[in-house]
Amino acid sequence: MALLEASGIVKSFGELIALDGAALTIAENEFHGLIGPNGSGKSTLMKCVAGAEAPTQGRVMFSGTDITGASPAERARAGMSLKFQITSVLPALTLYDNILLALQAKSSLADLVFSRSRRPLHDRVMGILEQFRLASRAGDPASALSHGQQQWLEIAMALAAEPKLLLLDEPTGGMSLEERRVTGELLQPIKTKCSLVIVEHDLDFIRDICDRLTVLDQGSVICSGSVQEIQSNPRVQEVYLRRA
Amino acid sequence: MLPTVELAMLVIAALEPLVLQDYLTVYATRVLILCLFALSFDLVWGYAGIMSFGQSLFFGMAGYGVALLSRDLDITSMLAVIPAGMLIGFAAAVVLGGFLLLGRSPSSVIFVALGTMTGAYAADRLARGWYYLGGQNGIPSIQSMTIGSYQLSEGPIFYYLALGILIVVYLLCRFLVRSQFGLALAGLRENEQRIAFFGYKVPHLKAIIFALSGAIAGLAGSLYAFHEGFVWPNMLGVVMSTQVVLYVLFGGSGTLIGAVIGTIVIEALSFWLSNNYQDFWPIILGVLLLLVIMFRPAGLVSLVLSERERVGNFGRPGRGGDHGAA
Repeated sequence: MALLEASGIVKSFGELIALDGAALTIAENEFHGLIGPNGSGKSTLMKCVAGAEAPTQGRVMFSGTDITGASPAERARAGMSLKFQITSVLPALTLYDNILLALQAKSSLADLVFSRSRRPLHDRVMGILEQFRLASRAGDPASALSHGQQQWLEIAMALAAEPKLLLLDEPTGGMSLEERRVTGELLQPIKTKCSLVIVEHDLDFIRDICDRLTVLDQGSVICSGSVQEIQSNPRVQEVYLRRA
Repeated sequence: MLPTVELAMLVIAALEPLVLQDYLTVYATRVLILCLFALSFDLVWGYAGIMSFGQSLFFGMAGYGVALLSRDLDITSMLAVIPAGMLIGFAAAVVLGGFLLLGRSPSSVIFVALGTMTGAYAADRLARGWYYLGGQNGIPSIQSMTIGSYQLSEGPIFYYLALGILIVVYLLCRFLVRSQFGLALAGLRENEQRIAFFGYKVPHLKAIIFALSGAIAGLAGSLYAFHEGFVWPNMLGVVMSTQVVLYVLFGGSGTLIGAVIGTIVIEALSFWLSNNYQDFWPIILGVLLLLVIMFRPAGLVSLVLSERERVGNFGRPGRGGDHGAA
């Protein structure tokens, strides 16, 4: 059974049809890339899956449950986690508090009020910061980080809750070449822990880390398959690669 | 620095009745009760980012509620009227918060601000037009609050009662905003959408803090009614709501101590200016408020507290492994 199965997704904004029957299937522990030209509907499909946008039509199944009408919080509690396209760390809070905020999301109200999970979560907070090479700056406000480090922090926040499915919308946007390379290194170890859907313009980056790709054009899926299949698909070359 | 500021204010407050004339002690008691009211607003706006522009609704409803208990049922025991006032404020906030905050899609700041303001305005108009509530004149001559057979009238005893309640509520709020729940509130204020995607039930968090702030405003309203000896429609309306927004903005929102400082400074300035510049004191006060808001948007408290102290530090262990907040 697939971990995620989105089918027949239509999303319109007034007259504009952003998605026209798009589909996406993700297996467990699969790294899946969503690619396509600008305006092809990649981010919109991601948002429909994550619950940031409600699809006009279609169905989203996650772990065998229909979550089409579920709120983002319900999806997060079911095991889905999103990193936004625009960096959304909490700038006034320290890195430590950003991670703790993500980790404590499933704590009960009583645990939060009496801070019962603060001490038990400490090692996990520091472990995640170390994994993303940010431990030495745990006490700094997130606003003091560079753009690339903020992206890492947000990926770390998204991963903190140990999701079954991680959705990353342009995680290397605005990063230097070196930062992109490090991001690839940081993402590799999570392959055994969860599935990943990634929207990215950097084709080299996506080829390096993804098992399968889905190509969108004008709101529709034009093909889906392994990296090799996609690379050799003449329609993809026609529609996407040539434009890129 | 924050504990020093808090301690200094506590010492000054504790000594005030010993050095002030009686009429000033009465005035200072009123200010302490308004500090309590300001704390209720700081909790929702400063910490959770909910613009409750009708906070006086809970303050005034509790005031009217305990005035009616006193007038119609002869209930004046502090053990009954204070919880009753809190309950009224809490219940009103639950009803209004349920309507404004528990919708399927997130409520915008403007929607909540206008919704709460409309609630306060409607209650004000209702009170003005309802004979049972005394109409424009409100309910005068409320009996004194009692503790056993002792009647609590305005003066040093009432002052210390108000101070004690303010300290307890302040410490409870301080505990709450520095807890992991406080971190969730900070997340709410900073980026509501982000924390929804972590799995937080954002509308529930908002409703909880809104209801709690309603209870604190209700506590303040019931104390205010007994201290002043009467209630009137302004307690429910937009003027009082605006006043509490100014207290918190002036002192510094999201700090608790800023709400207290803002209330004390504005009330003290109003008192002094109105005695010395009777014709144009509101203009002077208005200009001062504008200057602070323009040049010190973080409020007066930013003169003595660093940004780190104002924002707080919820989880980072201090030296020696202490997990307390900064």
